[in-house]
Amino acid sequence: MEEDIAMVKVCVLTGFGINCDYETEHAFKLAGAKAQKVHLQDVIDGIKNLSDYQILAFPGGFSFGDDIASGKVMANKFKTALWDDMKQFVEDGKLVIGICNGFQIMVKMGLLPDIEEGQTTTLSINDSGKFEDRWVYLKKDAKTKCVWTQAVDKIYLPIRHGEGKFIVKDKNVLGRLELNKQIVFRYTDEKYEPTSEYPQNPNGSIDNIAGICDKTGRVFGLMPHPEAFVTPQNHPRWTRENIEKGDGLKIFINAVNYAKKNLK
Amino acid sequence: MGKRIEVSYKDKDFDSLGSATREKIKEFLNINVNEVRTVDAYNIDSNLSDKELKKLGKEVFSDPIIHDFSVKEPLAKDFDFLIEVEFRPGVTDNVGRTSSEAIKDLLKKDCVVFTSKQFLIKGKITRKDAEKIATGLLANDLIEKTTILEKPKTQMQAILPIVRGEAKPVVNTINLNVSDKELMEISKQGVLALNLEEMKAIQEHFKKLGRNPTDAELEVLAQTWSEHCKHKIFNATITYEEQGRKEVIHSLFNKFIKGTTDTVGQKVDFLVSVFKDNAGVIRFDKENNLVFKVETHNSPSALDPYGGALTGIVGVNRDTLGTGISSRPIFNTDVFCFARPDYDKPVPKRLMHPKRIFEGVRKGVEHGGNKSGIPTVNGSIVFDDRFLGKPLVYCGTGGVMPKVLFGKDTSEKTIEPGDIVIMTGGRVGKDGIHGATFSSEELHEGSPATAVQIGDPITQKKMLDFILEARDNGWIKSITDNGAGGLSSSVGEMCEESGGANLYLEKVPLKYSGLQPWEIIISEAQERMTIGIAKENLDKFMDLAKRRGVEATAVGKFTDSGRFVAAYKGEKVMELDLDFLYDGVPIMKLDAKWKQKEFEEPNFEVPKDLSKELLKILARPNVCSKEWTVRQYDHEVQGASVVKPFVGEKNDGPSDAAIIRPIYGSDEGCVVAHGIVPRYSDIDTYHMTAAAIDEAVRNHVAVGGDLDILAALDNFCWCDPIKSEKTPDGEYKLAQLVRANKALYNYCTAYNMPLISGKDSMKNDYMIGDTKISIPPTILISTIGKIDDVKKAVTMDAKKKGDLVYVLGTTKKELGGSEYFAQKGFIGNSVPKVDAKSAYKLYQALNQAIRKKLVSSAHDCSDGGLGVALAETAFSGGLGMELDLTGVDNENVSRDDYLLFSETQSRFVVTVSPNKKKSFENTLEGNPFSLIGKVTGSNEFVIKNNGKEIVKTTLGALKNSWKRTLQW
Repeated sequence: MEEDIAMVKVCVLTGFGINCDYETEHAFKLAGAKAQKVHLQDVIDGIKNLSDYQILAFPGGFSFGDDIASGKVMANKFKTALWDDMKQFVEDGKLVIGICNGFQIMVKMGLLPDIEEGQTTTLSINDSGKFEDRWVYLKKDAKTKCVWTQAVDKIYLPIRHGEGKFIVKDKNVLGRLELNKQIVFRYTDEKYEPTSEYPQNPNGSIDNIAGICDKTGRVFGLMPHPEAFVTPQNHPRWTRENIEKGDGLKIFINAVNYAKKNLK
Repeated sequence: MGKRIEVSYKDKDFDSLGSATREKIKEFLNINVNEVRTVDAYNIDSNLSDKELKKLGKEVFSDPIIHDFSVKEPLAKDFDFLIEVEFRPGVTDNVGRTSSEAIKDLLKKDCVVFTSKQFLIKGKITRKDAEKIATGLLANDLIEKTTILEKPKTQMQAILPIVRGEAKPVVNTINLNVSDKELMEISKQGVLALNLEEMKAIQEHFKKLGRNPTDAELEVLAQTWSEHCKHKIFNATITYEEQGRKEVIHSLFNKFIKGTTDTVGQKVDFLVSVFKDNAGVIRFDKENNLVFKVETHNSPSALDPYGGALTGIVGVNRDTLGTGISSRPIFNTDVFCFARPDYDKPVPKRLMHPKRIFEGVRKGVEHGGNKSGIPTVNGSIVFDDRFLGKPLVYCGTGGVMPKVLFGKDTSEKTIEPGDIVIMTGGRVGKDGIHGATFSSEELHEGSPATAVQIGDPITQKKMLDFILEARDNGWIKSITDNGAGGLSSSVGEMCEESGGANLYLEKVPLKYSGLQPWEIIISEAQERMTIGIAKENLDKFMDLAKRRGVEATAVGKFTDSGRFVAAYKGEKVMELDLDFLYDGVPIMKLDAKWKQKEFEEPNFEVPKDLSKELLKILARPNVCSKEWTVRQYDHEVQGASVVKPFVGEKNDGPSDAAIIRPIYGSDEGCVVAHGIVPRYSDIDTYHMTAAAIDEAVRNHVAVGGDLDILAALDNFCWCDPIKSEKTPDGEYKLAQLVRANKALYNYCTAYNMPLISGKDSMKNDYMIGDTKISIPPTILISTIGKIDDVKKAVTMDAKKKGDLVYVLGTTKKELGGSEYFAQKGFIGNSVPKVDAKSAYKLYQALNQAIRKKLVSSAHDCSDGGLGVALAETAFSGGLGMELDLTGVDNENVSRDDYLLFSETQSRFVVTVSPNKKKSFENTLEGNPFSLIGKVTGSNEFVIKNNGKEIVKTTLGALKNSWKRTLQW
């Protein structure tokens, strides 16, 4: 039991159409955390409390079937019921990740890029007009403050979305993202050079942005799925290339290590 | 009155749907328009204040970064034609339902929302063009209504397609004391699809009871006895005649299908539950079982391809969910058969153009699979113009479940008298009434629109999560899906266990009022499961359902009365003896007569340029890349994928089978494959079936699947095989069915592969006026099996310069029904025949070689023969090849083109590292194999035979040709 108490606790949200909860929970477990799938309604009803966890994950999926717009209805549901708890969670120095639909939810409730500013960015329908499942090359912005991506420079991960085109309200928003070192990942070509060409940039995102964090670097959202590459055999070419490990796992390990060091 | 909120894009660059629609108008209808923009309308049946509407517009329905919204003035401007598409009353409106929930979250108010969409078209088109765009592309008249306005007319009035049913619920009695002719009239008019003998059996039964049946009783009997539910043809007594010899078969199902499993079952120990449940169950590892079921959803997909396919995929998810006390779905498969998308002849009445069917079905599966979070891991698309009459839409779902929960075997359902009948998930409406009986008929003029349903993946996903949670709390005693026949089937089946049930139909939650009791009991409205739970768990169960946003209602109780009883507000609606309901259907007696058909034997010279022939075959719809379609399915959600649909240097090579890891953290893998070759049916369905089985097993073996845990599912799609005025060649078609069954038994037993589940769809015909289109008899064999260690899996792409290229198996002169003959305009007669004994030996040897890690790549050799398999291996690996077929193991195949394109079964193309040559050849000893060349580092693909170059081309040319056809 002692070991249990020392372990970093992760709340992996589920319910209402979230569907990457199993593998996200598994990724955090592989990273050494005590991860638990928690139904959002149980948090809203007070059966579970966010304050009991050090890390909160909004996994991918199709919350409310992407009806109206992806992540929109879930964002409202969460915000209406839990905004104060959410603010407290971030103020307490804790960590948040949103992957794919989770990222869409975070952006649409204004948790990213800046919890104080309301919604200033969005993720909209891909330029191709299509949902697609394909692997993409990503390069980290060297300046980023993101604590989730320490020692990650280049990474290859799958995207699986129809609404991943990152759009900003105006140029100032993009400028601030740059200034505050909030841009985490950009889509690149095979040589890890940023590109706006389809399909390397699969959705037409501005400045080829695939993931951003908040000003603290602790709140992180991205369209690609790191939890889908936690063992070598997840890689689409593992039978022909020498793949030693699942690169996505590093992101979860970083967070768990950060929490161990900085959060009680 | 109602209120309306409109939402549009600030900038037309954001309106991807608009620009995609513009392209589709050109592509599908060949009409040029300058611009299409879209407006979403949310029509709210409530008197919300302007302030509330503005709040909703701002916070719920629009995105401040990209949208404008309006609650007063129409947003439509600057267009020539405005087409607004709305749902017809009663049709499932998923976004509308979510909108209601979103409003409730924000305003704490209940209101019903109906969505509609405006397409604003700019361009020099006529009103007639606009009408064509409306009904030929944007809307399906069966479920949607369109309004066309010319500039500058707009509208801002709320559209409220409310079902206004004022009918009082009544129970009618049907007088069956009538003539035979009138009995058949009753069957026909009620879409009961019962034949005279069956109607007379019912007449007789009620005569004995001294009363007439109620409408509900007759309807429930019709559902339960439908071909769809009862498989009457598979249980018929058939006299089969071949070359003057006669053989009487009592039930094809018992003799050949169950017979296969009985025979194999004596040799294997992994069978857990077969045929009796919604899906088959086999052992996976020490603690878990695998579940697999494949369904077809053909008839609904013909009328509404999107709704039909969507319902198909979410429907088969429920079969997995409803197996044992529930399993968790972990993968989907889908196989479609369509007419060619470039079909250019006139399309008969009530049918849709195959391209529109294709796109609708694709989208249905995309939404059904992706939104449910279940990866689509395996499938194929097959083309033949006879599928114009009915497209085939096969949807499969696999699941995993712990063997034991709370000390009980999870594959067993237990129901006791006094247990509660729960209906959970969606509500009941008129949708899907007569689905089971409708699919037991050919598509005709009066095919009912109500048979079409639209799935609601999000309601189902919520239900799925809830059911698994309830299962893990130990509350579920029995569970089954509400599919064909609705409550009548689900409760009927479940209550066989306890010996009866009483239903209280007034308790069933309805989508709208005005449903008759008989409609409530047979409606096939989607997303519903029926669950049996013990009374003491009722409160806890209901509380959890409420917190999970899932509707659950106690609608009756299980009894041991021997009767299935239903009442509406105290009035008896139905009281049927279970014995009669389940065993009363008369057994059909049918005749089948086999005569080998003779086709013209091709006589054409060997073409001079075989490179060109190869490029042409690669571009054929049955052979070419399906990447455009498959990329739009999420094939790796749940994070378990090991071998994906795409492999190779550029992630675009065609994988032979899928491998996933069902248990997180374990390297034991589940292999999913399939085989299907309707082209061979024209010659002989025996060999068509053998080839489908062999192809499935080959695919399984090619990725490294083991042979000791391998099971199959058989899905028959046939054209009506009962001789009648409409089907004068019924005896031949039935003989085709008998022969397919014989092959099923012979080959599955030879491969130690039990059949664990399956389904048949027997009326895949179209008949309106003088036009009759019957599909070619088609069997899909889907397999589920195991690989002990996923790290030993192999993919089909050439891996490394210098690797040796082998062909395993013997090539024979077997081009009857081949892609090559089809390319030359022939069918021929020399259909490929499978030699099961030598094939199985080869499969065991290849499996050993893979386990010993001696194989770099392995690829199934099928459509298009060696030429295609070698080319695919090369270009998927991005590596050239130098090959010489002179020494390839063959039986008198002297022509170069036949050697390249013969479709002899049981062959593989394999590449092996030179330093493993000896061990590989030792492992293969005693089997036919030929070393034919090597993988090079160049871009050239060269095949020689008898000293001359017969193919010389580049990887780029091969791949381009293969990728182009279905890349839209």
